Amino acid sequence: MAKAPARKSTEPAKTNRERPEEPQRYQASKEELLEFYKQMLLIRRFEEKAGQLYGLGFIGGFCHLYIGQEAVAVGLQSALDGDKDSVITGYRDHGHMLAYGIDPKVIMAELTGRAAGISKGKGGSMHMFSTEKKFYGGHGIVGAQVALGTGLAFAHKYNEDGGVAMAYFGDGAANQGQVYESFNMAELWKLPIIYVIENNQYAMGTSVNRSSAEDQLYKRGESFRIPGIQVDGMDVLACRGAAEEALAWVRAGKGPIILEMKTYRYRGHSMSDPAKYRSREEVQSVRDKSDPIEQVKHELEDMKVTEAELKAIEAEIRKIVNEAADFSEQTPEPDPSELYTDVLVESY
Amino acid sequence: MAIELKMPALSPTMEEGTLAKWLVKEGDAVKSGDILAEIETDKATMEFEAVDEGTIAKILVAEGTDNVKVGTVIATIAGEGEDAAAPAPAAAPAPAAAPAPAPAPAEPAAGEDGGPKKADSGTKQLASEKAATVKDPAIPEGTEMVKTTVREALRDAMAEEMRKDPRVFVMGEEVAEYQGAYKVTQGLLEEFGAKRVIDTPITEYGFAGLGSGAAMGGLKPIVEFMTFNFAMQAIDHIVNSAAKTNYMSGGQMRCPIVFRGPNGAASRVAAQHSQNYGPWYASVPGLIVIAPYDAQDAKGLLKAAIRSEDPVVFLENELMYGRTFEVPKLDDYVLPIGKARIVRAGKDVTIVSYSIGVGVALEAAEKLAAEGVDAEVIDLRTLRPLDTATVLESLKKTNRMVVVEEGWPVCSISSEIVAVAMEQGFDDLDAPVLRVTNEDVPLPYAANLEKLALITADKVVAAVKKVTYRG
Repeated sequence: MAKAPARKSTEPAKTNRERPEEPQRYQASKEELLEFYKQMLLIRRFEEKAGQLYGLGFIGGFCHLYIGQEAVAVGLQSALDGDKDSVITGYRDHGHMLAYGIDPKVIMAELTGRAAGISKGKGGSMHMFSTEKKFYGGHGIVGAQVALGTGLAFAHKYNEDGGVAMAYFGDGAANQGQVYESFNMAELWKLPIIYVIENNQYAMGTSVNRSSAEDQLYKRGESFRIPGIQVDGMDVLACRGAAEEALAWVRAGKGPIILEMKTYRYRGHSMSDPAKYRSREEVQSVRDKSDPIEQVKHELEDMKVTEAELKAIEAEIRKIVNEAADFSEQTPEPDPSELYTDVLVESY
Repeated sequence: MAIELKMPALSPTMEEGTLAKWLVKEGDAVKSGDILAEIETDKATMEFEAVDEGTIAKILVAEGTDNVKVGTVIATIAGEGEDAAAPAPAAAPAPAAAPAPAPAPAEPAAGEDGGPKKADSGTKQLASEKAATVKDPAIPEGTEMVKTTVREALRDAMAEEMRKDPRVFVMGEEVAEYQGAYKVTQGLLEEFGAKRVIDTPITEYGFAGLGSGAAMGGLKPIVEFMTFNFAMQAIDHIVNSAAKTNYMSGGQMRCPIVFRGPNGAASRVAAQHSQNYGPWYASVPGLIVIAPYDAQDAKGLLKAAIRSEDPVVFLENELMYGRTFEVPKLDDYVLPIGKARIVRAGKDVTIVSYSIGVGVALEAAEKLAAEGVDAEVIDLRTLRPLDTATVLESLKKTNRMVVVEEGWPVCSISSEIVAVAMEQGFDDLDAPVLRVTNEDVPLPYAANLEKLALITADKVVAAVKKVTYRG
């Protein structure tokens, strides 16, 4: 059988179209870095507590923890304009909520299914929203948030409000057909959207290499002329720097952009996942070498933040998380009359 | 023998058209592929090409003639050697090369005139222009009524709401430059521009999701599906994203969107393009499902759907688009969602239906009247929430009920009505409620089988006779 002519390279053909600049690592002030540290630590401790409450039976159903990925939500969302920009994500959404400064109590109360939860206890872990913060969920169907987020971007453009939509999805969702239907329309109509692929390397138990013909996910927009950037998702300042570059691109009216955040989740896909598909050594090695919180801690120490100060932050975060947990255990479940409310907005 | 050129059917549902323009004249030589005429249907202007070679012998229908029935002989072509005003083209195939006609098949393939049997459709038994005999009480006395097709009524509803609310926009395949695959969005691009009338790629899942997201972001999208058969690719967003978000968010996040397009059997398009999704969507809490029959309901309910803060599935019917009804000339004709309508009053039996089934039910009611049975016909109009009160009130009066549905019988709207009658109207029943639905098969293509599969007025008459113990 005749061989096909050898190709010189597997790289996509270089075109003369414009590409975004290589992002620069963000130069954070001590105050900014401290803030990032607090937010990431809050997510870490909150998620650890959620895992604990799940084990104790306070949280049911599916519960997907964000531990290990904290730098992504914190770094990216810190660059957004809270008054204009919108965010949407999938079911691993606690971290994104916390990064928005939403009260941990109402998030934890949602996890325990209580009336005080942000969705009145009717949504649970995967379905949380804050339209006030322009956080549009919290969606349980893998990939749905990509098309929905493209719709948010459509609304920004239609309303000419200058806002940008940020749609997070995972390496698993990156193989859904609707992602590419969305890419096509977003570029066709130059919609203001940043597609954030949180590549934590495992779609439940299937590694990227076992599920993706092109495992360099930042290239997935090439056939739609959408540029992509691969980012160290374990480095909060790299995340922030990439967000700045992406926002500049999108706000300039150049259409969508893809950020592939190389990250890692320490826990299983959900609470019921024993994570037998990878070795304990693999997880430990990431924790040791590239933990996002430890990295920032070292940088803070270099900036002469004292151990006492860091300990005080740790104590403060633990207090917030414990209060949220106590609240979520004690606050009542929804009234039975809530069963039939909110099905429809209007009465017919 | 001269070849007869007949008025062609340019779409599965076309029955007549306008012969807009002749591009040839008597005596012209034509060959296959030449454009002979322009023919206008209610959807589009189409070119009519020659298939045979020869000379135009006679033009029988002048240009500009309206309502030329499909099959009417509009011109004749004289073949080589035949007597025509102009000489025949020089090089024509030898007679021997002409293919021998296929042997005439046995009887069933022959038409009534002995010629080849024409394509026919069982949907002819469906599409009716039977108007309600009871006036909608919502219309004020003395209101001027204007003859309007269902297609125009839908377009007018969208245009009126788009003028009123800048958040409203239309998106879908071929809605803008093509003027709508079924011409429902005709003229909207011209009036509202490309920002608000948006052609999408063929990407139902994607644009249903995009539309839902835009609704969550504060807009009021109207998403047109070329037909609801294609919306099955998008059903995840209709059900999981649009319908459930308000509940899951504890009332925080709304999704005011209208998904609309033709639903149910069209003509001779076979199983994948012929399905009634009414029962599918009506089973989903969080959705409003509307399926109007006539033009006035199409207009009044589509306007209500666009205004609603809830996600609406608006099921139209391709066979009804070209049907004409009277629509009240009112500045703002909006109907309530969730209210059935008595379209014919009667005392002996209640026939419940919706969408295209209403015409079948009205036709059956006329036949029954001739036999002394006085049927009341109820058009559900909204399938979710279902107006059970109107149905039960009628049942209380007539004590007998038949449900007519152009759709499958199993887990159908009819099943639901029967359950409602059992649970809430049992004491009023003098006979079991019967269902008249399509047969429980994928819709066949063959004309005779298609006819057998679909509902007819006669089937309704037979069911009514059973429940009134006259059969």
